[in-house]
Parts: sequence; C-alpha cells; structure tokens
Amino acid sequence: MKTSVNLCGVELKNPVMTASGTFGSGMEYADFVDLNRLGAVVTKGVADHPWPGNPAPRIAETYGGMINAIGLQNPGIEVFASRDLPFLEQFDTKVIVNVCGHSEEEYLNVVERLQEEKRPDLLEINISCPNVKEGGIAFGTQPKTAEAITKAIKKVAKQPIIMKLSPNVTSIADMARAVEAGGADGVSLINTLTGMKIDINRRTFALANKTGGMSGPAVKPVAVRMVYEVAQAVKIPIVGMGGIQSAEDALEFLMAGATAVSIGTANFYRPTTTIEVVEGIEEFMRKNHVEDIHELIGCVK
Amino acid sequence: MSKMEIVTIAKQECLAPGVYSMWIRTEDIARNARPGQFISVYSKDGSRLLPRPISICEIDGDYLRLVYRVVGKGTDEFKDYVEDDTLRVMGPLGNGYDVEAHEGVAVLFGGGIGVPPMLELAKRLPGKKQDKIVVLGYRDQNLFLKKEFDQVATVYIATDDGSVGIQGNVLDAFKEYGLSGDVFYACGPKPMLRGIKALSEQMQCPAYISLEERMACGVGACLACITKTTEVDEHSHVHNARICKDGPVFLASGVEL
Ligand SMILES: Cc1cc2nc3c(=O)[nH]c(=O)nc-3n(C[C@H](O)[C@H](O)[C@H](O)COP(=O)(O)OP(=O)(O)OC[C@H]3O[C@@H](n4cnc5c(N)ncnc54)[C@H](O)[C@@H]3O)c2cc1C
Ligand SMILES: Cc1cc2nc3c(=O)[nH]c(=O)nc-3n(C[C@H](O)[C@H](O)[C@H](O)COP(=O)(O)O)c2cc1C
Ligand code: FES
Repeated sequence: MKTSVNLCGVELKNPVMTASGTFGSGMEYADFVDLNRLGAVVTKGVADHPWPGNPAPRIAETYGGMINAIGLQNPGIEVFASRDLPFLEQFDTKVIVNVCGHSEEEYLNVVERLQEEKRPDLLEINISCPNVKEGGIAFGTQPKTAEAITKAIKKVAKQPIIMKLSPNVTSIADMARAVEAGGADGVSLINTLTGMKIDINRRTFALANKTGGMSGPAVKPVAVRMVYEVAQAVKIPIVGMGGIQSAEDALEFLMAGATAVSIGTANFYRPTTTIEVVEGIEEFMRKNHVEDIHELIGCVK
Repeated sequence: MSKMEIVTIAKQECLAPGVYSMWIRTEDIARNARPGQFISVYSKDGSRLLPRPISICEIDGDYLRLVYRVVGKGTDEFKDYVEDDTLRVMGPLGNGYDVEAHEGVAVLFGGGIGVPPMLELAKRLPGKKQDKIVVLGYRDQNLFLKKEFDQVATVYIATDDGSVGIQGNVLDAFKEYGLSGDVFYACGPKPMLRGIKALSEQMQCPAYISLEERMACGVGACLACITKTTEVDEHSHVHNARICKDGPVFLASGVEL
C-alpha cells in the first residue's frame, strides 16, 4: 500500500501535515505526537524581524469553530533559524516554513535568509492573513499583485514555493491561476475566512481586533468546494485545509483534488488528530483495496 | 509532561449558588500536578471545541479537585455531570507556584473564583498556620472553601456586601486588619491583581499573580493567550508571554496589567 505523495518535487511519506500557526514549530506538541509519523510539519509564519501581533483577546469560540486575530506574532527569522529549525531537523519528516511580511522586501528578506539553511524542504508563502493590516492580505486579494510577489520570491528561492491563498476573494480559482502564472510550485488553501463576533453583554467586539479569521469544522464545506474549484483551474499541486478533524474529512479534500492536507484548529482540541488521520487514511485504503493513494487524489471530478 | 486523558468524576457538589466542586480521578495528571497549574476541560458538544481552562484546587493522590463558577454554556454543561461520568481533559498545564522559593510569612489573596487555586498552595507552603495568611474575597456570606483554608492557614475575609469580615475587597481587608508579609500570591479579577501589583511595589515584596486569558491550545503553540510583559520575553522575543505555558503564574513586576 502506497501512501506517499510527491508535493512540488518533495516526497512526503503521507499526505498529512500541520497547518501553519496551529502547531508552533512542533515543540509544544512533541509530548502528544510522534513528529516522525507526519508527512510534513508546517511552521508558524515567520517574518524578517519579531512581530508583536495583536492585543488580546485574540480568539473567540464560534459554533463549531473559532475566530482568531493573533496578528502573526513571531520571533523573527534569526531566532527561528537558530532555535526552531534545528529542533525540527531531529525528525524524519519534511519541514515547510511559512513566510509572512508587510512588503515585498520583507518577504524577500526571509526567503533570502532561508537560502543559507539546508533544511526547509519547501516554503509556504502566506499572502492571505486577514489579521494584518498592511501587506499580507493585499497580496492575496488581487491576482496581479499575487502574481508579482510569486515571481519575485521564485527568483530567490531554491526551495519549491507554495502560495497560501485567501478564501476572502471573489474567485479563488483566478488567484490560483495568477500564482501559477507567477511560477508557484503549488498552492495551499484555505486560510481563514474573515468573521466577527459580538459580546452582547459587554456590547463590544469579542476580539480586540474587531474581526478575526474563522477556522475549524464549520468552514469545511467552503474549503472543500474551493479546493475542488482550484483543482479544476490549475495543474500545480494543492494542499487542502479548513476544518479537518478526521480521516474522512481529509479524504474529502484528497478526492476533491488535494495532493496533501493540513490540520489546524483540530490540533487544539485533539492534539493527536494528525496521527489519527494518518491511521484512518491507511485503514480506509485497506478496507477499500486502494493500493496507491493517487487512486484517490482528484478522483471526484 | 502533560497528557490528554478521559477522567472519571468521583464527586460533584454545589458549594454556593453557581459554584461547583468536582473531584476527578486521573491516570497521571494528578500525580504530575503542582498548585497553580490548571487543566483544560473539553465539552462533549461538538459546537464548543475550545477548552475550558480550570485551575487545580486540590491534589490528592490520583484525584484532582476543580472548583468552578457557571458563567456560560461550557461550565453549565459540566455542572450536570455526576459520579462515574467521564470527561476529556488535558493537563497538568502551566508553570504553577514554586512553594520553596521564599522564606517568611506568605500572604495569599483569592478573589471570587480566584479563591480555589489558593487552597493547594496554602496546603503545600512550608511553615506554620501563622506564617500562612490567607485573605479571601467573596460576594456574600457564601464562603466556599473557607473551612478547608481554616485548617491550614490564618484566614481573613472580605465580602462585597459586608455580610462577613471587612466590606470591600481583599486589599481593603489586608489594610483594615493591618496585615503584612514577605511574599504575596494572588488569583482573582484583573482590578484586584493590579492592586496587588501596586501593593507589592509599595511594600517591596515579590508578588506571584495568576493570570487568565482565552485559550485555544493550552500548550503554548497558538499564541492566543498572551499577556504584556515589561521586558522582551525570552521565548517570543517581543513583549508578550504565553499565559498557558510561561504562566499562568507570573511575577507581578514582570507583567503589565
Ligand atoms: C488559567 C485559567 C484558570 C482558570 N481557573 C478557573 C477556575 O479554577 N474556576 C473557574 O470557575 N474558572 C476558571 N477559569 C475561567 C474559566 O476558564 C471560564 O470561566 C470558562 O472557560 C468559561 O466557559 P463557559 O463555556 O462556561 O463560558 P463561555 O463564556 O460560554 O465561554 C466561551 C469561550 O470563552 C472562554 N472563556 C470564557 N471566560 C473565560 C475566562 N475567564 N478565561 C479564559 N477563557 C474564558 C471559554 O473557555 C470558551 O472558549 C480559569 C481560566 C484560566 C485562563
Ligand atoms: C490560531 C491560528 C493561527 C494561524 N496562524 C497562521 C499563520 O501564521 N500563517 C498562515 O499561513 N496561516 C495561519 N493560520 C491559518 C491555518 O493555517 C489554516 O489555514 C486555517 O486555520 C484553516 O484550517 P483549520 O480549519 O484546520 O484550522 C492560523 C490559524 C489559526 C486558527
Ligand atoms: S492557548 Fe495557545 S498559546 Fe496559550
């Protein structure tokens, strides 16, 4: 039985990865999860200098999900390269570094710095964070700008690059086509859906940032639909995510056309979700006599 | 090391209007726990996915005691569980108190639902009853857990309605009773903690305060539960520390409230 997939030229032992920002750099979850069993670990977004993020409260629970406005707090690329990357190097898994910035220059600074490191196997470029005012989302909502930043990053990155797309657009297929035209090796989707919650007793917003990105099981049908649309629009591989909490959920994404899947919010309430999904996919394949996982990828047209 | 466990409820009772005490039997969590730490309690309703962080009130072998106030849907669900029901929890989480760190007289402040986490601390701190001063603030004459505190410490009371002890908060009681000490420990609402921080600066004595914030992961991964710090934090490299991992107990001088 073959569960390995080729993601943008990188061989993953299985298609199960973590979603950026929900797993730290794996350190905090090492008590719960054998990182060696994951297809890849995707790290929290990292910028060219430390970012303080947004004020608290940064999260709120919503029906079957949550909204967050962390604001991409991160310690900066230098700390990341000296602390988080060496930690991940101990494991037999692929390392995907998620990159964020306020401007093209800031994205490029991080990507350039990562060229000195041997380990990131892939880069995921976050052009879709809804919680950062300048930059970030601007790159992720206009096809022309998205294409331009993809081109610029592609010029300096030796690692394959995956562009992470926002669902907060008129046509996510157009965005995917734009980054494909810019030379992206893959796309990942979806980032969070912009939402809001009001605290009726305090008559104010539940989040200090007023709005936040919605994630968790409640967003899954939207995410599956978007993965399907993008799969019909581009040739490059897709990483699917949004509300996955079981192997069945992950299989929906694979069948809609994703080569790999990321698990985010579910880590918070079931830290072992990633492993359960790895095992559940294997069991599904055994039961249904699927020899190679590629028989499932994109099988629903 | 923290773990996810399915625990069994050994006993649940109502201590005061809206305040419940739940003893749970754990596999490893209780044995690994320290006062000041907390556990994440999960709802069985799939519409409520995030953990409810609840402090450890008492530790007894394989058993943990949680005392909580019903404030919303999650805690309202928990109150209806009875003996032999099971719950999914994760823990122990957070740093907890270091009971050996200081000598002399300790003053413990607990305000409202900040009272419970002070109990195991009061039990574990070294020293005689007169070296452990506990100042508890309640809404009214429903003095939950007071009896337990009386056995291990010297207790002073403040109530909002003045029905018992000093009318006012724990800081008012501290002043009115003319108390003093060498180290402070506190858990309670933010305004109270601000008062304790100011008092500790004025009296030049360290204060360990326990903070609260909304949590998603409980293990330091998601960066939801931050507090502002006075210095650049060693882990985050910005002026933010994670309450779930670097706390919930902080030296008051190290955080901005
Ligand atoms: C470290 C820590 C220790 C705590 N210890 C205790 C304790 O020993 N006893 C006790 O009664 N309460 C304690 N709390 C507060 C307790 O977590 C909340 O009252 C509880 O989560 C409310 O859940 P709910 O579903 O009833 O309320 P809802 O308002 O419906 O909850 C909605 C969401 O907000 C979160 N939330 C609401 N209030 C708080 C809060 N004050 N702090 C953090 N998250 C909150 C919930 O977890 C949930 O995700 C503690 C909080 C923290 C951070
Ligand atoms: C708390 C939190 C932090 C996140 N941080 C990032 C981030 O730093 N970079 C990024 O590209 N996506 C980030 N995301 C988005 C997730 O990677 C993912 O795209 C989204 O949550 C949908 O998947 P899920 O429903 O499985 O969580 C974050 C999501 C959450 C909930
Ligand atoms: S709750 Fe995730 S870092 Fe504290």
